Amino acid sequence: MNDPVDVLIIGAGASGAAVAWSLAETRMHILCLEQGGWMKPAEYPSTGRDWEARFYGDYSPSPNIRARAEDYPINEDNSPIKVVNFNGVGGSTVMYTAHFPRLHPSDFRVRTLDGVADDWPIDYDTLAPFFAENDRMMGVSGLAGDPASPPTNPPMPPLPLGRSGVRLAKAMNKLGWHWWPSDTTVATTDYEGRARCINLGHCTPACAQGAKASTDITYWPAALRAGVELRTHCRVREILTDEHGMASGVVYYDKDGIEQFQPAHVVVVACNGIGTPRLLLNSVSGRFPNGLANSSGLVGKNLMFHPYAQLYGYVDEPTDSNRAPPTCLWSKEFYETDKSRGFVRGYAFQFGRGIGPVMEAVMSEAKGILPWGPDHHKVFRKLNGRRLGLAAICEDLPEEHNRVTLDPILKDSHGIPAPKVDYTIGENTAKMLEHGIARGREVLEAAGATDIFINCPILYGGWHLLGTARMGTDPERSVVNEWGRSHDVKNLFIVDGSVFVTSGGVNPTSTIQAIALYVADQMKRRLANLFD
Amino acid sequence: MPEQESLTPRQRQDLRTIAAMMIPASSEYRVPGADDDAIQADILRTLGRDTGPVAEALDDLARLAGMPLADLDEAQREAVAKQFRSSGGAAAATLIRVVLQCYYRDDRVLRSLGLELRPPFPKGYTLEQGDWSLLDQVKAGPQKLRKAR
Repeated sequence: MNDPVDVLIIGAGASGAAVAWSLAETRMHILCLEQGGWMKPAEYPSTGRDWEARFYGDYSPSPNIRARAEDYPINEDNSPIKVVNFNGVGGSTVMYTAHFPRLHPSDFRVRTLDGVADDWPIDYDTLAPFFAENDRMMGVSGLAGDPASPPTNPPMPPLPLGRSGVRLAKAMNKLGWHWWPSDTTVATTDYEGRARCINLGHCTPACAQGAKASTDITYWPAALRAGVELRTHCRVREILTDEHGMASGVVYYDKDGIEQFQPAHVVVVACNGIGTPRLLLNSVSGRFPNGLANSSGLVGKNLMFHPYAQLYGYVDEPTDSNRAPPTCLWSKEFYETDKSRGFVRGYAFQFGRGIGPVMEAVMSEAKGILPWGPDHHKVFRKLNGRRLGLAAICEDLPEEHNRVTLDPILKDSHGIPAPKVDYTIGENTAKMLEHGIARGREVLEAAGATDIFINCPILYGGWHLLGTARMGTDPERSVVNEWGRSHDVKNLFIVDGSVFVTSGGVNPTSTIQAIALYVADQMKRRLANLFD
Repeated sequence: MPEQESLTPRQRQDLRTIAAMMIPASSEYRVPGADDDAIQADILRTLGRDTGPVAEALDDLARLAGMPLADLDEAQREAVAKQFRSSGGAAAATLIRVVLQCYYRDDRVLRSLGLELRPPFPKGYTLEQGDWSLLDQVKAGPQKLRKAR
């Protein structure tokens, strides 16, 4: 049997890395188990001539398509939005666009302000210092002073506007609508050992330059230097409990597939909004017959994705295309509630720069705008390098029927039951998507784009996995308390996107990490009576 | 049944024919067709995990054609291709994507498009700053952040 550790963290992604780093100063014995391995930037797609093709294969954002040994399958047949993630040290920060907005103060008070869903048990101000700490650790590029976003102080200047940004900014100014350069974790200067961005363009499927912050190159080196142990290729099957109802450790399969038991005094779950409920529901015992930490019955329920309405068109001059980070501008013009729109809450616009030739050809052929035959070449030359796009990222309200359960048949390579997702887009969100499409079309037309096309929702757009082990003060209506501890199991903590009460209308990584740092801080403050 | 590891001669023949229908050679743009030997060799060499669905798509194509695609007259080939595109599902989409991803990384094609013959790393690209005075209008506008209390 392995020696017991003080703190066992499951998952080395966005939140697991942040918690590990923060807790390291306690000098406790901290171990993290990660089902994937360390990434090798020299093998990232942008280093080879097949860089675009690999997006459809071993660097697909969909685990079901990618199907690496470290991935687990997901039954998502009953969802119009498919789950995308990445498994390995760094988790999905290895494979994200690095768009880094924060939730707004209003996002924590949706019941009070708009009469829907629930308020969070914490507010924006509670998280503010942890947002700032996370910005420093991840290395954020951006511009302070956005009149429509919470105040920030990014340590690096923003990405250049580029041709695409200028064209879109002029369009937004013509419409009189808010826009601002996006906060991003793409380093615009050399930063803490990371080289500055050189515009490889293919940011999402991992950055060969190391300019994009992923936790394998930000938090983890610091955490390891501080003494945290990270064990890779270790897939946790279940969390065990003792006769007192406390977590006693985990059963996992090591890199050789050997079953191991790892005892621990504290267990921290950081497996994202799909992996966390899957693990809890797989941790069944006599005392916890419906899964661990599930006396509320809410583990796996209230899944929120952020449905995206994506629009794109073509302009009469070259855009930045694939020769710059996709992160460009954001707009919060329609973020806050205006009931005259026919829905509550809102969405952010996320503006892009364009795509490469293979993706342009594949997507345009599928849309029926790139013909077969002699006209193919002429049409492709009108499309390639001239795409301008944006997406409305819509707040998804919690609904219990949107859920993660265990699939009765599907299992991963270790025989562990796989997650099953049941999800439909809610009525309020559907109206929001329609509004976003109409306004997005106005933006593209103002930018001089023609031949405008829509993807709604983005099929492989389930980047944001939220709400499936929600935070709250009422044990009957939440899974963890206001500082991330399970109501049912006093030495079990959850720190990933599962704890979100509502989703906001922005990419959640910044907020997920701020919450992870906040929970770690709460644990440090309460070490003497952590289990009371 | 064991998974198919490579395409049969008949499947390769139909692949070449359908690729030529998708993207014929063009003297105007000085580009080969997708049936070009080098591009076909690239497809076969890198098919990998796509072999199964591509083989499935080609079998579907063979059923629709009833004979080697190349042996049909042009009108018949067009009709088969039209049906293949509309009813071929995920397998047909994979075949089409595989042809496109190999075609649009061929040196001759990239040169014709004015693109550099290299991967993005390590040279990267230059992104121009643009006109930051465009932001003045936004800075002069109202505060939009909603109060939470």
